Amino acid sequence: MKSNPISKSYLYTANDNAPDIEIADLRRLTQLIKEKYNYDFKDYAMSSFKRRIKRVIDLYKFKTVDKLITVLDTTPDFFEEFVSEITVNVTEMFRDPTFWRVLKDQILPNVLMNHDSISIWHAGCSSGEEVYSMAIVLKEMGVLDKAKLVATDIDSAIIDKAKRATFPIKNMELNSKNYGRFHDDATRTLDGYFREANGEAILNPDLTKNISFRRHDLVQGGIFSKFDLVLCRNVMIYFNQTLQNNVLNKLHDSLFKYGYLIIGSKESLIWCEIANKFIVVNNEEKVYKKIKD
Amino acid sequence: MSKFRLSSQTNYKAVVIGGSAGSFQSVTKLLATIPSDFELPILFCLHRLKHVRNGFVEALSIKSNKAIVEPLDKEPVRTNGVYLAPANYHMCVELGNTFSLATDGLVNNSRPSIDLTFETAAYVYRDKLIGILLSGANKDGAYGMKKIKEKNGLTIVQDPDESMINAMPTAALAATEIDMVLKVDEIIDFLMTLHKQMKR
Repeated sequence: MKSNPISKSYLYTANDNAPDIEIADLRRLTQLIKEKYNYDFKDYAMSSFKRRIKRVIDLYKFKTVDKLITVLDTTPDFFEEFVSEITVNVTEMFRDPTFWRVLKDQILPNVLMNHDSISIWHAGCSSGEEVYSMAIVLKEMGVLDKAKLVATDIDSAIIDKAKRATFPIKNMELNSKNYGRFHDDATRTLDGYFREANGEAILNPDLTKNISFRRHDLVQGGIFSKFDLVLCRNVMIYFNQTLQNNVLNKLHDSLFKYGYLIIGSKESLIWCEIANKFIVVNNEEKVYKKIKD
Repeated sequence: MSKFRLSSQTNYKAVVIGGSAGSFQSVTKLLATIPSDFELPILFCLHRLKHVRNGFVEALSIKSNKAIVEPLDKEPVRTNGVYLAPANYHMCVELGNTFSLATDGLVNNSRPSIDLTFETAAYVYRDKLIGILLSGANKDGAYGMKKIKEKNGLTIVQDPDESMINAMPTAALAATEIDMVLKVDEIIDFLMTLHKQMKR
């Protein structure tokens, strides 16, 4: 055995000649992880989970799933890094600008009509783009002080990153473009909300004060609070149907009655057991309202 | 139609079609010809603008005999269905014959990536899959075709001489064994022949 078995190549190249990863291999892997670390990946959607595992194997030149299993078994320090690597962290501010318009024009005014305050959970917040977009919207509506925002993710490393509220300058063009589309005004940019330092865009601290970040695993974690709004966009696409049902039950239980659930634009509750406890508020933007406990 | 190697096998389960720059007209022509009772599901993964969610289905639908759908996550793949990978999502197929969508990073600078649609479909449909790769400017789809061939599926590329931009078919020819190199009209003929045989 080499002295340092875990070295990551920084330039990812997929090994196109690697043999297929078998389902039996993945089962052994998820079983080991469950037993040793109590994370449950068993019901992740197979196609994407397999791809993420292949990526880790290529990235660290493990060559086989067996090698990865051995490393995870013998090197607990590696586990957090492994979770970071298999978690998909692709996101942008104001993703799906039309959704943010619906949120500003319909959903938020509706909640605020009946309440003096608003609580929002961003489940699977990744590097924070979505929760900070929310803070900007609330600020522009003059209600940020009435809001309590909670952002959670399974990956501690990404939570640390999100807390910094700092984004690569190269992403800001798209973020700003989305923001302009959200306002239906291409001349509006995010410039006023950020300052630039060391090649990064740093969000103004007054936008971050009502946000709390915490690590939370949607699969294994319990219900920790109740919210008026839960956003869980493009997170459950990585789960199979069984797990989607299980997680949706938790999201349902985390909502006040008549609270809103928002999922990704290409997700749906149609195939889920819990669909009858929600009504569709906006089908195009996948906004649902809880109508039954 | 002896040039087509349909041989004994006509029990295909799905057709995946990948295309990029220079493929739009071929796709509309194909959709204008394929009849509404064509049984096999057709899964299109076409490179498209990442942040334009609407309009592409409508544009492809104008002359199509069949309804075209951007599938939702976990939507079942239905007989007779025609599907288009949605903007800014990878479109994969899962065991159990459902779609699953993903937002992971770009693959071959693309999301949706043809490689991912092809690879996951090959895994599910094995030798019962037909993969067709049309004109395009990068190598997306070449690895996917290789995976289809590894499972003994049928591989077809648009004739590079006919392709407006031949990088994609050429990359696939370099990556793996391609069963047929056809012009678009011949690809359509092939699918029509298959359709007639399946109706028998």
